[in-house]
Order: sequence, then C-alpha cells, then structure tokens
Amino acid sequence: MIRVAGLSVSYGAVRALRDVSFDVPTGQVTAVIGSNGAGKTTLLRTISGLVRPAAGSIDFDGLELVGLRTEAIARRGIGHVPEGRGVIEEFTVLDNLRLGSLHGRGKLAAGLETQFELFPILASRRKQHAGTLSGGERQMLAMARALIAEPSVLLLDEPSVGLAPIVTRDVMTTIRELCVDRRLTVVLVEQDAMSALQVADRAVVLHVGEVVADAAAEVVRADENLRHYYLGVAT
Amino acid sequence: MDAFLTSRNASDVLHGLVNGMVFGLVALGLVLIWRATRVLNFALGAMATAAAYLGLGLLSYGVGFWWCFLLCIPAGMAIGALTERFLVRPLYGKPEINPIVAMVGLLILIEAVVGSIWGTRQRSVIPPFSYVDWHLGSNPVALSPLAVFQIGCAVVMALAVGALFRFTNLGLQLRAAALAPEVSRLLGVRVSRMLTLGWALATGVAAVACVIVSSGFISGLTPSGMEGPFAAGFIAAAVGGLESPVGALVGGVSLGILEAFVTDYWSPNLVLPVSLLVLVVVLVVRPNGLFGHQRVRRV
Repeated sequence: MIRVAGLSVSYGAVRALRDVSFDVPTGQVTAVIGSNGAGKTTLLRTISGLVRPAAGSIDFDGLELVGLRTEAIARRGIGHVPEGRGVIEEFTVLDNLRLGSLHGRGKLAAGLETQFELFPILASRRKQHAGTLSGGERQMLAMARALIAEPSVLLLDEPSVGLAPIVTRDVMTTIRELCVDRRLTVVLVEQDAMSALQVADRAVVLHVGEVVADAAAEVVRADENLRHYYLGVAT
Repeated sequence: MDAFLTSRNASDVLHGLVNGMVFGLVALGLVLIWRATRVLNFALGAMATAAAYLGLGLLSYGVGFWWCFLLCIPAGMAIGALTERFLVRPLYGKPEINPIVAMVGLLILIEAVVGSIWGTRQRSVIPPFSYVDWHLGSNPVALSPLAVFQIGCAVVMALAVGALFRFTNLGLQLRAAALAPEVSRLLGVRVSRMLTLGWALATGVAAVACVIVSSGFISGLTPSGMEGPFAAGFIAAAVGGLESPVGALVGGVSLGILEAFVTDYWSPNLVLPVSLLVLVVVLVVRPNGLFGHQRVRRV
C-alpha cells in the first residue's frame, strides 16, 4: 500500500499541493481526478521522485520514498507512464520494451511474450520506430514498457489524452483487467473523470492542490455536488 | 591497377584517410558529449593530450608501446569522467554560455599543466611499425605499416563504440539517457552515471586519436598538438551533423581527404579556408549537417 501523508509541493511561490493525504490500497485502481491545475500530475511526479516535496511523506510498504532518487523508486517496483506517454521516438518498439525490462524483475523474452499477448498490435510493430506509431499505439507501448518491468504499482498520467473514445474505452478496460488479473495497484490520473470513475475502486478529488474528496469511486460518481463543482460534469 | 595505386590521386586519398580517421574520432568524441549533455567540449583535444601524456609518458620508463597505448584509454576515460562529475555537472541547467566558458578555461589550464609537468618540447613516440611506404614494383604506394596501424586503430575504435551503442544494454541506456533523461529515470536508468560514462567514452576515443596523431613520424607529442586535429574534428562534426556518430566519422574522413587534395594541388595554407567554406556551404544547405535531421513528430 502507498500512504501519502501531509504532502506539500511548491514551484517557487506557487503551492501546487497543500497537505495532501490519502491511501492507495494494494490491488485496486485509485483514480486521482480534478480540473486543470489541480495538482494531479505534480502528485504522480512527487511519488516518482521527479519533484521534491516541501513537506510530507510517501510510505510504500514501509519504505519512505521521499528523498529517494527517481531511478531507485522505479527499481523498487513503481512504474510510471508519464503525461504524453514518454515513448522514445527514435527507438524501435522493441528497444523501448528492452529498456523497460532492464531494471525490472522478469526476463526480457518472457516479458515480451506477455506484453505482445496483452497488446498484440505491438508485436507487428516491433521493428517500427515509436515516433511513427499512432496515439493509441503509443499509449499501449508506454504501458507495455512500464508493465514489462513487472511493477507492483503503476502510475498512469492521463492515458486518455488525445485518444478516440473507443480507444480510451479499451485502455480503461485493460487497466481494470490488469488490476483484477495481476493484483496490480494502479494510480490513475485522469481529466476525463467519468471514464476513470468507471474503472476505479477509489477516487481522490483534487482541487487547486487540496484533497476535497477521498472515497469509494461509486460514492464520488453519485455525488452531484462533487461532479458539478470540481469535475465539471453536467448533472 | 598498380598505376592507379601509385598515382598521385590514390596517394592523396590514402594520406587523407589517416588524418581523416583522426578527425573522425575527435568528431565522434564531440558528438557523444553533445548528444549526452548538450555541451560543446572545446577542451576535448587538450583532455586527450593529457591522457596521451599519462600513457605514452611511461615510454621513457621503459614500458612497452602497447601497454602505454592501452593505458591512454582508461586515462582518457578517467579525465572525461572527472571533468563531467566535478566541472560540468554543476553547470547543468545554467546559462548555455557557462559550460562553453568552462571548457575554454579547462583547455588553457590543461595545456599549461601538461606543459609545466612534461615540458613543451616535442616528445617523439615511436610505435613498433615502419613508416616507410610499401612499393609496387619500383613505385611507392602511399601506405606504410604505420599508416595501416593508425587507420586500423581508428576503425577498431569506431566499430567498438558503434557495437557498444547498437548491441549492448549499456549502449541502450546511454542512448536513452541522452535522448530522454526523465523517462529513462522513470525506467530505473541511472542517468547521471550514464552521462559520466558518455564523457568518459568520448575522451577515451579522443585519447586514441591523440595517440594516432602523436605516433606519426613527424608530429610527436606536444601539449598543443591536438589543436589542429581538434579544429578539423570540430568542423567534421558540424559537417556530419552534431547528432550523428556516423556523420562524425564520414565528415572526418571526407575532410581529411579534401585537405590532402587541397594541400597537394593548391597549398597547405588553403586547407583551413577551404574546410571552413565547406562547413558554411553545408550548414546553409543542410542546417543540421549532412547526417543530422530535425525531429519529425506525428501529430
């Protein structure tokens, strides 16, 4: 389990996160939702060690993550698919996956087989440069590259951005399946709140860097005030 | 065939090839550093010279040539790694002019230190190869065992670096750290270590170039002996494309052969102006160099 407690992050004079606290239960999808500028991406980047918090702690199964280097956090089993996917365009699909497997727990060959089973389109694109893939294919590659390391936690930042609704639905379904079939813990940051809430077990609603709700996903989905005031969803 | 091999043009090509491989190795070192850290290392030639002095300096203590030669590579790698770790790393994220100034300062410092320790007098380096050209019949071919050694060293070094980058997990991480440092960190790659290693590799490559230059019959080893090859390597890297290791090697060899023809048919005094003219023309026609390319994104 990940326990975030009293987390505050500032960019100069701007406070991006203020005293943020919540738990991420093992084997569940926790959606972090909120409008633009709520601090969702900053939250994921802080968990991964890319951003140093001004205060607070992040406990991962008894290990304090604050102060650890990003690469050390990744090697502890926390995978992060960043905003914009972060595939290395100059690399082939295969080299992106090779890179993902280098510091993971499994073997490359077995990992490739598993990922190609999960995302069959990547098998046929394996020698293609990642820069030539479509948005949906890039999202699959980014997820496969994180999953091939066999992480115990997957942080996903806006996986639906730029995708057609039908591709978004497929991605969300895959996230749910990963969680159920492999007991993967997922932190899903999404601006498309309703898509995220459909696959999430829990939801944390951020507004201007503060937690305004932390509850079961169906509770948030049913709360008209939250949906209206913080998620921009018409009631 | 014999007439061709002993012809003036073939002679120019072969002479140009030796110099060109040196320029190519220097350019390769510059490209490796540029790709990894976006720093133009104006001190690379001086760093390579210091490594060559550390290695080849042992010749005067009776150590064999091959041991001295091999020692130059780790000496260069150590100098490159220390420079990145203690001089360049604190400058990341600072104004772009800062590392340039630091590298020019390092160039002056190294030349002064090397000169004060080993003296400025030329030190001869005699490799175990004859510098006398082979003959076809009674006509000389512009190729000697020494030239073959020099070309062979450069080719082996270039192939080794290419194989490292293309076929090994370490090379994959080096490339990833240079192209996408943040994403690489998220995948567990120790990016800082990779950048240090990139500088080490580049300086090791340049040290081999310095050994090749120094082991020429005429040149020998001097504190400022790499200034000329560095300038040519810099032009070669820009012509080939600062992003392209292959471009660096092709640029170096092309420039070396061009210089040989200009020297032979016109004048040695015109070598630098012609080289710079080629650079200007290439950059006007292809601003990213012959093998460089602008990133094209699918939108």
